Amino acid sequence: MEHLCSLGANNKKMAMLRESQIMKIHYITGVAAIFVVAVHIMMRIAIMPYGMSLEYENVIANYQNIPYIVLLESILVLVSIHGFNGLRVILLELRQSKKWEDGVTVLTIAAMIALIAYGTRTIIIANGLGFE
Amino acid sequence: MTEQLIEKIETMEKKHEKEKHQREKEYPKSSLTLKIYRANRRAGESPHYDRIEVPVQRWTTVLDALLYAKAYKDQSIGIRYSCRMASCGSCGMKINGIPRLACYTKVSELQGREITVEPLSNFPHIRDLVTDFSQFFAHHHNVEPYIQNDIADMQEKNKLTEFIQTPEDVDKYLQFSYCIKCGLCYSACPTVATDTQFAGPQALSQAYRYFIDNRDTAPKERLNLVDNRHGIWRCHFAGSCSAVCPKGVDPALGIQLLRGHLLGYSKNEKKVAELEERQKRD
Repeated sequence: MEHLCSLGANNKKMAMLRESQIMKIHYITGVAAIFVVAVHIMMRIAIMPYGMSLEYENVIANYQNIPYIVLLESILVLVSIHGFNGLRVILLELRQSKKWEDGVTVLTIAAMIALIAYGTRTIIIANGLGFE
Repeated sequence: MTEQLIEKIETMEKKHEKEKHQREKEYPKSSLTLKIYRANRRAGESPHYDRIEVPVQRWTTVLDALLYAKAYKDQSIGIRYSCRMASCGSCGMKINGIPRLACYTKVSELQGREITVEPLSNFPHIRDLVTDFSQFFAHHHNVEPYIQNDIADMQEKNKLTEFIQTPEDVDKYLQFSYCIKCGLCYSACPTVATDTQFAGPQALSQAYRYFIDNRDTAPKERLNLVDNRHGIWRCHFAGSCSAVCPKGVDPALGIQLLRGHLLGYSKNEKKVAELEERQKRD
């Protein structure tokens, strides 16, 4: 019974953020991502025909536009945070042990940072900043 | 005269026969088959189903049928029950795949001539229809399901302390206090099925029940108890807990309301009450 009563106690220790704070970030990034992705799609279809917007010159030209870069970077950050936290939540339910849970948390944060870094690098290179 | 009498008797007999057919049409189940899950791993008995024919009436409950089967057909059937009136929550089991109280489910409300009874899901199995509730009660225990009040003077044993509540105060938690800890919601919860450390709908709704009670003075501590990796945030709001509750409790509602308080967007009634009290004093 004593062992059973300590269920869930292990997850109180390794936490920089409380679960409610993490979920607040999760919900806010989710709602914000819907907004920025909607703006992104509107820009793809409202300014010029969709096929034309995907031509090489037009894509590169997009990366010269600072507000558009900010939009792309926001999509990258918001979707990464929301998506990787969602993945963490799914994996937490898959197995229960402190080792697994801490491992999943560390791995998802690392993968999130790596993806944001790689995406940001792409934006910087396409913008031409990397060659100056 | 005699012919008239005979005719009258025949008419009455026909009427009686007609009524009998009508009754049989309305309540055709005079007997049905119980398909009972049987397993006793300790004794090396592998899981299987036993089919037992039992006589039933319109008012027969599944528990009555099981007890008949146990008394007259197979005394080795493992079953847990106590009050037979949906008060103790002992006889929870899956009836035709849905978690229900056997004493609260009449055979007449079930479809078909065969009723399948199985032990509750998400509980460690002991024998036949009996499951182990230790983990379930441990989760309940973890949310500290009792009033915590620092203001009340409990030192003076002879002095009675009164907690005055308005009907509105009671309404906030009343439905959650009807919980009989039968474990049906826990059995129906899809999150519990994958995450054994998840507190479950029963414990979380009880956390809300004591959180919202204005006699309790430890709301922050209560929120901290459920705000962890396997706490309130793992609820996917499937709502199956509320659908199966035999006492009309809505655990899913309690969980969502408690989440609102954790996210900070719900109106905190306690703070409002304190401010009103302070205004009155000033």
